[in-house]
Amino acid sequence: MEPRPRSFYVLSAFFALFLLFLYGPTITIAILSFQGPGGGLTFPMRGTSLHWFRDLFEQQAVGDIWGSFRRSFALGLMVMVTTVILSVMGGLAFRKRFKGSSILFYLIITSLVIPSILISLGVGLIFSQSGLNVHWSTSGFGSQLTWTLPFGLLIMFAVFNRFDKSYEEAARDLGATSWQTLRHVVLPIIGPSLIGVALFGFTLSYDEFARTLLTSGSYNTLPLEIFGMTTNVTTPVLYALGTLTTVFSLLMIGLFLCLALWSTRRKARAGSDAGKGMV
Amino acid sequence: MALPIMAVLVFFLVLPIVMIVTVSFWQATEFSIIPAFDLENYEFLFGSNVTYRVFFNTFKYAFITWVFTLGIGFTVAYFLAFHIRSLTWQIVLFLLCTIPFWTSNIIRMISWIPFLGRNGIANSTLISWGVIDEPLDWLLFSDFAVILAFVHLYTLFMVVPIFNTMMRIDKSLIEAARDAGASGAQILWNVIIPLTKPGIMIGTIFVVTLVMGDFITVRFMSGSQSANVGRLISNDIALLAYPSASATAVVLLLTVLIVIGIMLRFVDIRKEL
Repeated sequence: MEPRPRSFYVLSAFFALFLLFLYGPTITIAILSFQGPGGGLTFPMRGTSLHWFRDLFEQQAVGDIWGSFRRSFALGLMVMVTTVILSVMGGLAFRKRFKGSSILFYLIITSLVIPSILISLGVGLIFSQSGLNVHWSTSGFGSQLTWTLPFGLLIMFAVFNRFDKSYEEAARDLGATSWQTLRHVVLPIIGPSLIGVALFGFTLSYDEFARTLLTSGSYNTLPLEIFGMTTNVTTPVLYALGTLTTVFSLLMIGLFLCLALWSTRRKARAGSDAGKGMV
Repeated sequence: MALPIMAVLVFFLVLPIVMIVTVSFWQATEFSIIPAFDLENYEFLFGSNVTYRVFFNTFKYAFITWVFTLGIGFTVAYFLAFHIRSLTWQIVLFLLCTIPFWTSNIIRMISWIPFLGRNGIANSTLISWGVIDEPLDWLLFSDFAVILAFVHLYTLFMVVPIFNTMMRIDKSLIEAARDAGASGAQILWNVIIPLTKPGIMIGTIFVVTLVMGDFITVRFMSGSQSANVGRLISNDIALLAYPSASATAVVLLLTVLIVIGIMLRFVDIRKEL
């Protein structure tokens, strides 16, 4: 191997600083959430304790965060499942040109670039003017889909751009029906990418703020609840909550990444028996 | 197969836009909004100096954030794509850069408080080094904080598409350039940057639209002292002045779409995936 140029070390330092910039603040509030009972929002630490985490479990101290967590979790799962199914269907459809395909493509781009508050405002207005009640599981759910679907679909475009169609042709030649081809050939091949789509679906929904602001009704989701706290809570309990939900997000990300790794390995193992047959 | 997606987008994207455009012509009293066809909201919007200042501010945030995210994002992507030699490490480091994208923006904003506050880490460090005598007031709740948060939140949107395009550059092109006697800087300027342009454009579209449509970062990080268009809209919403919020929203949407339209002339997104 040729020796590393000097620029490598400069860029490595830059990259390390970038990671520090990305993660430093989050790590800081994680440390500060263990403040002693008399501690404030900044250093120095006045002792260490679990005081602020305990506060989270007392209803009157912080409002309904556990209810909002349950809602965000349920909503995240709903959005995740819907995003995966609709993205796969959309990705399959987009492999051929169909009537309205370019309109739909521009709609997807619009959905991606439209300021979130417009979705919030528009959906809120539609529901209020037609006398419906906004609720996180109806209007909130739909509004979040406008954010997760474009990501899901763009991933599916990328996947199908690299998809080798001869597998499907082989299956068809062997007499598989179109459902069998999809179930036994296409889905196993694109499986690992679907985990990626699911990750986007869940986490983008779980953290979404602007699109749920006017569409979730009287029951807040977790990000709305946290934002509400920023205006009236001035103790490290805010950091404790932030740390807990970040840890939860990281666990979910880890879970999805492990699943992706596992299914890629499985695919590699079960994928091809070329050269193993009778000679 | 594409029908369900079409249905979702029609109901939760197209109809809301239609609704906003409609309501932007309505009238408002203190308690309710009344269907009408009235240009008053737009007249007020374009007749007010505040509007122009706020739009200018929005472009300012977008431009400064773009400069920083592009500089940092390009450097990081370049390092990952051309200086890291094993694919496994590339993936690991790339994931490290993207994980924050999947965590909460609001918490990432909150997490700047202990750094930038009056008694925060930045101030106490600078004081202990003797750089300043008194804590700086402009670190938190200022334009500086807003831009810092934007860069912190959105640099990923530059790193990912730029890295993606860089990984697809044929390495033999770079070898050919080197064989032909090009220096490192010349390779960067004449080979890598031109080939990375599509990724840069996609990252730019993301960053510019996210910053232009934002309202929460500006509100939180400026301590409600600065405004952009998104905040104008959200303030109107808080006052239940939906027609006026809608008119501002329509103008914002048109502005964003024009900016994107211009950028899309330079890149074919579907080809780049």
